[in-house]
Amino acid sequence: MTEPIRITLPLSDADVLSLKAGDKVLISGVMYTARDAAHKRLIELLDRGEKLPFDIKGQIVYYVGPTPAKPGAIIGSAGPTTSGRMDAYTPRLLDLGLKGMVGKGARSKEVLDAMNRNKAVYLAAVGGAAALIARSIKKAEIIAYEDLGPEAIRRLEVVDFPAIVVNDASGGDLFKQGVEKYRRVA
Amino acid sequence: MKKVLSSEITKAVRALCISAACNLEPDVAGALRTSLAREQSPLGRDVLSQIITNFEIADKESLPMCQDTGIAVFFIEVGRLVELDGSLEDAVNEGVRQGYKDGYLRKSVCHPLKRVNTGDNTPAIIHTTIVEGDRVKIKIAPKGAGSENMSALKMLKPAEGVNGIKAFVLDTVRSAGGNPCPPIVVGVGIGGSFEKSAILAKKALLRSIGSKHTDAEVAALEAELLKSINDLGIGPMGFGGVVTALAVHIETYPCHIASLPVAINIQCHAGRHKEAVL
Repeated sequence: MTEPIRITLPLSDADVLSLKAGDKVLISGVMYTARDAAHKRLIELLDRGEKLPFDIKGQIVYYVGPTPAKPGAIIGSAGPTTSGRMDAYTPRLLDLGLKGMVGKGARSKEVLDAMNRNKAVYLAAVGGAAALIARSIKKAEIIAYEDLGPEAIRRLEVVDFPAIVVNDASGGDLFKQGVEKYRRVA
Repeated sequence: MKKVLSSEITKAVRALCISAACNLEPDVAGALRTSLAREQSPLGRDVLSQIITNFEIADKESLPMCQDTGIAVFFIEVGRLVELDGSLEDAVNEGVRQGYKDGYLRKSVCHPLKRVNTGDNTPAIIHTTIVEGDRVKIKIAPKGAGSENMSALKMLKPAEGVNGIKAFVLDTVRSAGGNPCPPIVVGVGIGGSFEKSAILAKKALLRSIGSKHTDAEVAALEAELLKSINDLGIGPMGFGGVVTALAVHIETYPCHIASLPVAINIQCHAGRHKEAVL
């Protein structure tokens, strides 16, 4: 297995274009969390012509709703949730400069088209590996929608957060390539 | 009659919620470890290694293995000689309330339309049966939504038969792809009625991984479907590979002459289940 590629946030176009479907990466820097309910509110903000609660340019959104932190812990368990539920909201955020998403599972054609148009990347973390992934999160603070509990938007500082490139900006798709390689039926 | 106190039920449920979230049962842990040697894809092996390391950390540090600590589903058997001093449902829900709070588990239950979180992970889903004896057996299977959302139910025509069942199972697993966090366990309920088939599928997930159905014909169908699913190439997390499912468990029940209900309940690799007997 090849060694993982280290990437630092925020991402530039050149960073994104260097990543290919199937690459293992270790992400360091600041990323923001958001799930269904937070996405809905972000889009409502945009509809009203208001500003987002964080600067989205060059950023990565991580689809996660962590468990509560135990006393003294930075965060609870924090693995990815199913990305497809955010498909309806994602193209609009990509058009505003979002450079990447971390989640699990496949994306819609609309999201892939918007990624292609905006040079963005979709990464997966290992679903269910929530206690392991939490070790790479060094700081976590709620910056918006505290009332949403696990679905609040958090600013995370991560070091060597493990992920895999699923969809790159030039149409590469790990789900398609991987399954074709190991499928033994027509 | 034997008295079982509500407070005892609450205490047992509280402990079950926490241990189910943090300590993977040996049958699932063993199946995941074995699958590592079978996986041909290097990336697939990498994913399986992360999954194994994760449940080892969770167990050692009493952390939830997955942030989705699920909606709490119970199968409870109450002996007919048991006398309860209060509502079984209330006692179980109080245990869930305490377990999810004290165990720092995520509260993931909300109103279906208003989408407002109930705040304490209640109400639980409780299936109760009255059985012989003087014991209360409580089985918990907290269920995350990633895999639950990929489940399906279909009322087949009897003429579609076993081939129709196979096609439905394979279509459901194929279209789920990486979403339900493979390697998965596939629970299939065949027969009964609309709702019975769904409960059978859920119950099938509670069987020990790899246990065979007692009816040889059903056991053969389980083995055939497992092979067919692993031939789909989905692999760990959908990145491609030969380990897509750890097991297929089927439960059956007689049904109406005009119908063939089939329900498929998909379980992620964090196949959490625990039981306690009072």
